[in-house]
Amino acid sequence: MYEFFTTTNLGIALTIVGQVLLIVVPLLVALAFLLYYDRKVWAAVQMRRGPNVVGAFGLLQSFADFLKYVLKEIVVPAGADKFVFFLAPMLSFVLAMVAWAVIPFNDRWVLADVNVAILFVFAVSSLEVYGVIMGGWASNSKYPFLGSLRSAAQMISYEVSIGLIIIGVIISTGSMNFGDIVRAQDGAGLFSWYWLPHFPMVFLFLISAMAETNRPPFDLPEAESELVAGYQVEYSSTPFLLFMIGEYVAIVLMCTLVSILFFGGWLSPIEAIPDGALWLILKIFFFFTIFAMVKAITPRYRYDQLMRIGWKVFLPLSLIWVVLVAFFAQYGAFWGTYARWTVGG
Amino acid sequence: MEDLLREYLPIVIFLAVAVGLGLVLVLAAAVLAVRHPDPEKVSAYECGFNAFDDARMKFDVRFYLVSILFIIFDLEIAFLFPWAVAFKDVGMIGFWSMMVFLAVLTIGFAYEWKKGALEWE
Repeated sequence: MYEFFTTTNLGIALTIVGQVLLIVVPLLVALAFLLYYDRKVWAAVQMRRGPNVVGAFGLLQSFADFLKYVLKEIVVPAGADKFVFFLAPMLSFVLAMVAWAVIPFNDRWVLADVNVAILFVFAVSSLEVYGVIMGGWASNSKYPFLGSLRSAAQMISYEVSIGLIIIGVIISTGSMNFGDIVRAQDGAGLFSWYWLPHFPMVFLFLISAMAETNRPPFDLPEAESELVAGYQVEYSSTPFLLFMIGEYVAIVLMCTLVSILFFGGWLSPIEAIPDGALWLILKIFFFFTIFAMVKAITPRYRYDQLMRIGWKVFLPLSLIWVVLVAFFAQYGAFWGTYARWTVGG
Repeated sequence: MEDLLREYLPIVIFLAVAVGLGLVLVLAAAVLAVRHPDPEKVSAYECGFNAFDDARMKFDVRFYLVSILFIIFDLEIAFLFPWAVAFKDVGMIGFWSMMVFLAVLTIGFAYEWKKGALEWE
């Protein structure tokens, strides 16, 4: 039996399908509760109760919502390009999911241990902008069209600074593999993680991640007060659900990236306590809480301010940081904190 | 080659599973939910009146400008990725040539800034 799953082609394929489901199913179930948690935090900040009817404390709210989405009518606008109209949500969903294939949950616990893992995630999240553009264009309606234009410009603006911040981490590690990046942060617990040497970039990355995933306060593509719901206006039922799942999976992915790149992934903050996947989950949860709190607390940005911050503040800062890190690494400044190639490479 | 394919196979299978899941969701609503389209329901959304134009209209040239700028900088990042991975191997020559490249790019960036390509007003 064991040989069947390790030697024959069919066996290997079945094993991989099993592993994929082992990632996808917990991810989607966790997402249902994270959605609930997001709403609860939002409600608590506004001194409301939030969802509290379905199940104990409203815990089953997301599942009830899911059923409702599935039972709603799919409305396709008359002037829409039908194929692209359905392709767009699929693309958003599939691309957001597939990036998880290279995320390590523990030492060696990774589905596809590719060398270019971080480049893969970067490429996939760049493609996500297509889902938004196609959705807005295919609807053939003015609000979605304007929303998708805005969203595209916003996503690509912040992608540049995310890319530059990632370059800094790669210079320090000498590898694009997530496992190597985390192992390079191993050492004296909390203080050997990259957040300390790359301190200013942690904030830039968090803010860029919020802008990249169209998360409030940067949710201009779907600014309810002016664009109704942006590129999602004409969507209903499960196509809309796919957009929403894609958006939230992308947000959780960004939380995971922050945890892995700057906060040591599965490493434990105190040396005496063993490392493990639980630490990564805790860190993801912590950053998701920050995302939820920021959504509830901050007012929405104006579009010109958003573009100004992206191009005139974040881009120069991250560019200068790349040059600084390169110099620190080349000349071994700060006791080699910026050049951990022996561990990583 | 064999190893490379083996490494990327899980990603392909993951892609297939995700596509399958998405299709199942869309088809579930198509099968389970009622469908009663009528002209009012399928008309494009507008604030209280019928839409009187094709929605795919001309748009602001600034969006185009942003995408051009994006291509320049994203290409630069694509150059930086292999350099950053091979940082310890490229030595002084590799280090300083990339610094010169970044300096040239910074001059271009300063020019764009001065010309007002980054203004959104």
